[in-house]
Amino acid sequence: MSQPVMVASTLQAPTVPDSRWIYLDNVRQKKGPFTDEESFDASGEAVSAMEKMKLLVIGAGGLGCEILKDLALSGFKDIHVIDMDTIDVSNLNRQFLFRQSDVGKSKAEVAARFVEKRVKGVSITPHNCKIQDKDDEFYMQFNIVICGLDSIEARRWINSTLVDLVDNENPESLKPLIDGGTEGFKGQSRVIFPTMTSCIECQLDMHAPRAAVPLCTLATIPRQPEHCIEWAHIMAWEQEKPFPKLDNDDPEHITWLYKKALARAQEFNISGVTYSLTQGVVKNIIPAIASTNAIIAASCCNEAFKIATSTNPSLGFEENYMMYSGNDSIYTYTFKHEKKDDCPVCGNIARNMEIDPNFTLEEFIESLAARPEAQLKKPSIRSEQKTIYMQSPESLELKTRPNLVKKMGELVEDGEEIGVSDPSLGSVNFKYRLRFSKPFKSH
Amino acid sequence: MLKIWSMQQDANADAAAGTKKKKVTAAQLRIQKDLSELALPSTMKTDFPDPDDTLNFTLTIEPDEGMYKGGRFHFTFAIPQSFPHEAPKVKCTQKIYHPNIDLDGNVCLNILREDWKPVLNLQAVIIGLQFLFLEPNASDPLNKEAAEDLRSNREGFKRNVRSAMGGGSVKHQTFERVLKT
Ligand SMILES: [Zn+2]
Repeated sequence: MSQPVMVASTLQAPTVPDSRWIYLDNVRQKKGPFTDEESFDASGEAVSAMEKMKLLVIGAGGLGCEILKDLALSGFKDIHVIDMDTIDVSNLNRQFLFRQSDVGKSKAEVAARFVEKRVKGVSITPHNCKIQDKDDEFYMQFNIVICGLDSIEARRWINSTLVDLVDNENPESLKPLIDGGTEGFKGQSRVIFPTMTSCIECQLDMHAPRAAVPLCTLATIPRQPEHCIEWAHIMAWEQEKPFPKLDNDDPEHITWLYKKALARAQEFNISGVTYSLTQGVVKNIIPAIASTNAIIAASCCNEAFKIATSTNPSLGFEENYMMYSGNDSIYTYTFKHEKKDDCPVCGNIARNMEIDPNFTLEEFIESLAARPEAQLKKPSIRSEQKTIYMQSPESLELKTRPNLVKKMGELVEDGEEIGVSDPSLGSVNFKYRLRFSKPFKSH
Repeated sequence: MLKIWSMQQDANADAAAGTKKKKVTAAQLRIQKDLSELALPSTMKTDFPDPDDTLNFTLTIEPDEGMYKGGRFHFTFAIPQSFPHEAPKVKCTQKIYHPNIDLDGNVCLNILREDWKPVLNLQAVIIGLQFLFLEPNASDPLNKEAAEDLRSNREGFKRNVRSAMGGGSVKHQTFERVLKT
């Protein structure tokens, strides 16, 4: 399909494949007032280096759709997207890569196909699974990771995974993490250089915990339809257990809660309990605003572009957090969130430690006291699977005491990580990745 | 330049392989710290049915003063993986007569819900629970009858507490015997 293009006759019309990128190339190949002279490379090589970069987008929902489109139109060519969800009819108002006929299909797959079709030359690889299903090797292949998630759990997981990937011997192991988030008319975008700048765990206090109503209000003097729903959710369900386990996505379960809430609302003369409100309260749904998603995604992709091209300073080392509010006119504020020394994720990077697996746990604990960085007097130790030894409380000390005479090889595997805490350290924890210096002889 | 990077990447990928999911989680690490810093008075004890699972345990409170003196009260603690972003989930496992604890064991304690903050720790929650037995309060009722009794007739309320703790009935409700002896 040809479109008339107005060009002065003396100028050569740009060839079709390049015309889309002409303004982008102005930015990518010309120095601007804020360009860092040292890292900026105006040659075509910089453009092709950017095109070789591999990006991972986490989430293909409201933010993810915007992010994928923006990245593809920013000149990135190799993008992966991961999302375990399927398309629901209620997504269609803002998740614009999906159509009615896509309902029930994988978000990652449909989004990838749509953007590939509309932006020629971009490759988008979908992964229809949980982020936790992928191992370190998978995350190692990317240059930049961009999150468009609505769950704090998933953010914390990817944050700690990227922090743990960092290997000081290998600059490629440092993956800038760009995180976007929206809640109604509010949103934020932030850039994290794992282990170097304040991480998601450091910034956990920026997420206001879900506003909760006192339990006694729910139990005795409900005033709002939400109170009746919360009551049905927290108290009536627990008391009557109509199904073994509450499944927020099961319409039968939501209907049960809805009917309970409705009856209670009638009892207290409260109006407004509906099925969809019940679903919203139980699943903690905050109405998503398409324009907030668009603004936050644009900000995230702008940061990815700046990191990839060095055309302009990005968020990260100085200011690292941009908050946006569209509640009362428009307001943005950008600031530096400080890294926390006692952050349980980036404040203590797992150090490698060689141990003789034939040492007993008691001997191992004694050796910890001698380590200069730790000087642990009363360490408590656990692995992901096992509580290896706890100095307190008493009940745990008693139960873990028999481990003291066991050999380390019985308690941990080669390469396993342990967490060590000690009350004398205040809030600092240590993590060690244990490597066996000798084979383990079990007898 | 890129070639060298990709070679390094491969070498590192080998090293990283096989290390999947053997990491102590942030919640585990934080609760380990909270547990090792716990300073419990002799009236409280923890128990870990599965010592490897420090996210689920029970707390026993034996008040040595106040209206609930002589009782032994059990609570379950379930620490979510989102801890400390979210508060521990705490329930009383016995059917007891208390204005701030309902017959199903739900507990009305502000720091377990509306006033929870990630800077609070396990110690704060446990001390808060103990306080409920020293100073039950009628203004945050979960058990409306008990709260009403406490408000209108403190002496009658005390008698009800004693009889409920002994396994007796209060207003047609039979309670669990929770006395130590
Ligand atoms: Zn951190």
